[in-house]
This record gives sequence, structure tokens and C-alpha cells, in this order.
Amino acid sequence: MTSSTSTAQGGVPAIEFKDVVKRFGDNVVLDQLNFSVAKGDRVTLIGPSGSGKTTILRLLMTLEEANGGLILIDGDPYTHEYKGDRWVEIPEKRRRVVRNRVGMVFQQFNLFPNMTVLENIIEAPVNVLGLKKADAVARAEQLLEQVGMSEKRDFKTNQLSGGQQQRVAIARALAMDPEILLLDEVTSALDPEIVADVLGVLREIAETTDITMLLVTHEMQFAREVSNRVLMFDKGQIVEEADPETMFTHPKHERTQEFLKAVLG
Amino acid sequence: MSDFLQTLTSRLPSLGDAILVTLELTLGGAVLAMALALLLGFGARTRSLWVRGPSRVFIEFFRGTSLVVQIFWIFYVLPVFGFKMEALAVGIVALGLNFGAYGAEVVRGSVASVPASQWEATIALNMSWFHRVRRVIFPQAWALMIPMLTNLLIQLLKGSALAYYITLHDVNFWTTQLRRATSETVYSFTAGLLVYFVIAYLLTWGMNALEERAKRRLGRGTRPSLRDVVGLRPAVGTAAITGRGTAA
Amino acid sequence: MTENGIWNWEHAWEVLPDLLEGLVVTIEATVVGMAIASILGLFIALAMRSPSRWVTIPLRFVVDFIRMTPLLVQLVFVWLLFSTIPTLVVGFTVLGVHYATYMSEVYRAGIEAVPKGQWEAATALNLPKSRTWRAVILPQAVRNTLPGLGNYAISMFKETPFLFAISVVEMYTKAQQYGALTFSYIEPLTLVGLLFLLVSYPTSLLVRRMEIRLA
Repeated sequence: MTSSTSTAQGGVPAIEFKDVVKRFGDNVVLDQLNFSVAKGDRVTLIGPSGSGKTTILRLLMTLEEANGGLILIDGDPYTHEYKGDRWVEIPEKRRRVVRNRVGMVFQQFNLFPNMTVLENIIEAPVNVLGLKKADAVARAEQLLEQVGMSEKRDFKTNQLSGGQQQRVAIARALAMDPEILLLDEVTSALDPEIVADVLGVLREIAETTDITMLLVTHEMQFAREVSNRVLMFDKGQIVEEADPETMFTHPKHERTQEFLKAVLG
Repeated sequence: MSDFLQTLTSRLPSLGDAILVTLELTLGGAVLAMALALLLGFGARTRSLWVRGPSRVFIEFFRGTSLVVQIFWIFYVLPVFGFKMEALAVGIVALGLNFGAYGAEVVRGSVASVPASQWEATIALNMSWFHRVRRVIFPQAWALMIPMLTNLLIQLLKGSALAYYITLHDVNFWTTQLRRATSETVYSFTAGLLVYFVIAYLLTWGMNALEERAKRRLGRGTRPSLRDVVGLRPAVGTAAITGRGTAA
Repeated sequence: MTENGIWNWEHAWEVLPDLLEGLVVTIEATVVGMAIASILGLFIALAMRSPSRWVTIPLRFVVDFIRMTPLLVQLVFVWLLFSTIPTLVVGFTVLGVHYATYMSEVYRAGIEAVPKGQWEAATALNLPKSRTWRAVILPQAVRNTLPGLGNYAISMFKETPFLFAISVVEMYTKAQQYGALTFSYIEPLTLVGLLFLLVSYPTSLLVRRMEIRLA
């Protein structure tokens, strides 16, 4: 059991987990987890592998199904709800309405190889949000400019390096105008010299937008620069929560100290 | 020999008709088979037992009961129940059902080998199921399945020779008629088999071109050598998925 | 089904022993056919690795020709051509040769799937070529080919009814004969279909398990 760690100052939190349980077989990954993220917050999840941090992002993207509890987006039930006493799945149709507010960037980019860079970006805005194609293209071009990929507009994705693919993936997620952006170890699959480019792009997004960001990363320096809150996970529980400065310089919990020592060396 | 050639020449017009029947059976059967394959292939992947169960039963039933039995069952037995079809329709339906079941396994397998991360990306972009499949998953699975579909298409063409035994005047029929008229077993059958071979060759060639196009769409265009386009190497199991293009 | 008299259990019981007799021939054909296909297929696969184009190009053509033309027509062709040879022998041989062209591809893929390191290790040990093939490459290649062999055995089993065209009395022909005699096709044809399913489905499950184990 973890107590609520909400820092939402008034208003409805952008993300709220209420007693969320997630098991893989017998392995309990999240055990009645409670936490919330205020609108505009930049929250980094840290912790050893298997601590459940990636699972949280995947639950938020409905890539995994929870085994119990509620996940709310802007206070709206998203994946499950209670009908009387019964805990029931919310049908896909209603999920899609809420899911439009959430976007995700993956560790392995997951661009569509059958489309060009531009097509990757406009596919969902045109066919999911119903934007006019010309508008979607204009927006995509603007985003490509922002991530420094304008001249690769008509390339197939596998003609791009990993760093370039990840920048396109970021543009693709942003093209959906998400209120919440989930970043799942977005630099882990990249060569070290490329990492800075991608982080630079993300830093700029953090500075110029008010998108709520939830990130799992091993780049502690980046977490420190971008986020305003860090949650330390261990065994599916939040063991410590603080602003990045405090967390990285004066961790209180023993597990946090051990973890940071191992990561930062 | 010259007698044979004379008879052969006089029978060329009827060869045209025979080829037409064989092509109608092959292409008609293929279209029906592909439609079924898509339906059952995706059906066999759904979470709902009410869709998956019947799909699996259908697939296993039509794979397991032999094309020969199916075609004659539809021809002889089905009319007993009041379903009487033209012989050509019987042929197309039997070929379509049988190869649809095989095709379903190809579709299911190819869709399963599209990485799960591609599905995840489509969910993250909030696409509907149909949109995911049509725009992202199927185009990638398609490139994987073509070599195996090519094999099935050739099998289907070969299976269509059964049509002669349900009264149709296909290439097989034409061959036996030619032999009856000339009493030249070797020449007649060589001619007949050559006709099948040329049809099979052209079908393979067309499918290889389709495959190249599908691959190029995925940015894996190999700028094929003549040998790749013209070559007839069949796909063997999963080797077809990776073996092509890398084999020297 | 019995209400309107379409299905007649008496017919079904009457024809069943005949069908089971036919099933024996069907299985014989599959076993003998597959034996021919397995051995001949291996020789084709090895011959295709010959460095001489004078071997590979004509062989490629013959293999493609057999593989891409109907078994049914081939059966009738060979049967008419060698009318003195017993029908069973013709049937089994044509079945075997037709499937040998498929099996050769299975062997080819199996041989290519043996890692290059195995060849290199054999060279490093200075093994003679013949020994390398027999002791190192083929045992591994054959293991790779087992699922392919199983799948083609099942598919040959389901193609043995083509033998009706040259009047080999296997299971389907038995059914056909009974149907022609009594004018009731429904029982024999349905039972034949079910018997095929009864044999081929469990076998295919076995092959699938083997595929998973070997993968």
C-alpha cells in the first residue's frame, strides 16, 4: 500500500492512479498503487528494472490491462470503472475518446516502415483526429522543422539512423497534440553521441509547451533538467518522492541511495 | 509427329477455351480463397472465443479433409440438400474453401510476425482496429505472406486439374482429348503439362513482381536481379520470410 | 439428418469396412511415396549444389517442371505411358517423385540453415569433405528438415485420392465405387472426408509440436 502522493494544487489532476493493481502471472508488479500528476507537471519515474515504472506508462497507453483499481485522465475514468460494486472494463469506443489526450514515444521508436517520414506523422491526425490533409501536412512540416528533420520528409523510415527515427517519433506523437506525453526510455536504444540531440529536442518541448510529461529514463542529468518531480519506485511502490534537486543530492530512503549510487557511480 | 502437329494446330482454338476454364477456376478460386483467408486468418487471432473457435474449426476442417473429397462432396452430395451449382461454381467454391483454409494460416502467421511494437504504436496513436490493420499491420504482413501465397496459388492451379472429373473442359480435359485423337501419349501430355507450366510460370512471375513492390514500400527494395524476378524458387516454411534476397 | 432419409446409417456401416481397407492403401501410398521423396529429394538437393551449370540448370528446369504442373495429370501420363508396370508401382513412384521436388527445397533450406561456423570448424579440423557432409552437416540439416517432412507427409496423405484417376483402389476410390453402385454418395463421401480428418489432424498436431520443440 502506498499513500497518495498527489501534489495537485487544486483542480483535477491530469493523471490519477487509484489502487491500481497489475500482475504478470504470479508476479505482482503494482500493488494498489496510488499517485497523481498535476497538469503541466514533468514527472520522472526512476528505480531498478522490474520496479514497475515502465508498466505505469504502458497502463496509461492501454498497452497493458490493469488487474484492479482505476486510472483517471483529467478525472475521467479511462480503462475501468465501477458499476455499483462491479469493476468493469470500459469499452474501446469510450477509451478512444480519452486516449486522444495521451501520446507516447517508445524506446524502439516504432515508426511504420511502410510509410515515409511525413506519412508517419500525418497518418493519425488525418484519420483519427479528422484534420484536413493540408493542415496536417503544414503542422507536420512545422514539427519536422522543430526536431531538425525537415530534409528527411520523404524518406522511408529505415533509411534513417536511430536518433533520426526517434526525432521523427517525437514529432509523430506531438502531431496528435497530446495533453499528456509518455516517454519510455527514449534514449536507451541510441548511440551515446546521438543521445544529446534527442534530449535537446525534448528539452525544447518541455520549455515551450505545457504538456504533462511522464518519463522513464536512465539519463539522470536529463531528468534533473526537465522534470520538476521525481518518483522513486521499488517493487511496485513509490518509496520516495521529491523535486529533482533534493532527490539527486539528498535522497532520504535507503533504496534510493543505493539505486542512485549504482546509476550515477 | 507431323500428324500430331496437324491435330494440335486444329485444336488450338479449343485450347484457348480450355485455358480460359482453368484460369477461371484458378483466379476465381484464388479470389474466394484470399477473402476467406483474411476473414479466418484475422478471426483466428481475435480474443473472442465466439469468433476464434469457429474460425479454427473451419480452418482445420477444410485443411484436414482433402481437396478431392471436398470437390466431389460438393458435386455429388450437396445437391441432395438442394444446393445445386454449376460445375464451374463447384470447382471455384471447392478450391476457394480448401485454399482459403490454408491461406488463413499464412495470413495468421504473417500477421503474428509483424512486431507487437507496431500494434503498440498504432494504439498510442489511437487508431481504430480497422485503421490499424489496413494502414499499418497488413501492408507489413503482406510483404511476408506473398511468397507463401505464391506457393498456394500454384497448388491451386494444380488442384484445378480435378475440374475435368466434374465435367469441366479445362486444360486437363483438352490434354486427354488430344491424346484420344492422336494416340500420342508423350506428345499430348507434354503439350498439356507445358501449358500448365507456362501458366504457373506467369503466375509466379506476377506474384514475384507484387512481392518486390510490397518490399519496396517497406523501404526494403532490393532492385531485383533478373534471376529474382524470373526465378521460381519456392518458399519453404519460414525460410521464405528471411531466405529470399539474401540467398546467393 | 435421418428424419428426411438423406443419411442412411445402414449404408454408412456397410461401406465403412471397405473404406478402412482403402485407408490401408492410402497409408501405404503415403509411406512409400514419402520414402521415395525423402531419398530422391536429398539427392536432388545435393546435386543442385554442384558447381557445374551443366548439372544445375537442366536439373532446375526438370524440378520446376514437375513441381509446377498438376500431379493428377502426371499420374495419368505416366500410367498411360507404362501400361505394363503395375498401377500401384506407378502411383507410388509418381507421388514420390512429385514430392521429391518439394523435399529437395526442404533439404536445401535445411542445409543452408546449418551455421557457417560448422563448416569452418570442420575445415579447421581438416576433415575430408565427405566426412564433413556425413558427420557434421547432414545430421544437423536433417534435423532441420523434420517438420518440413512431416508437413509434406500430411499433404501427400491428402493428395493420395488423386490415385483414383489411375484406378488405384485407395480410400476415395472405394467410396466412389460404392457410390456408383448404390447411387448414394453421401455416406461414403462424408465418411472418407471424416477419416481423412481423423488421421491428418492429430498428425498435424504432432508435427506442430515437433516444430516448436525443434525451433
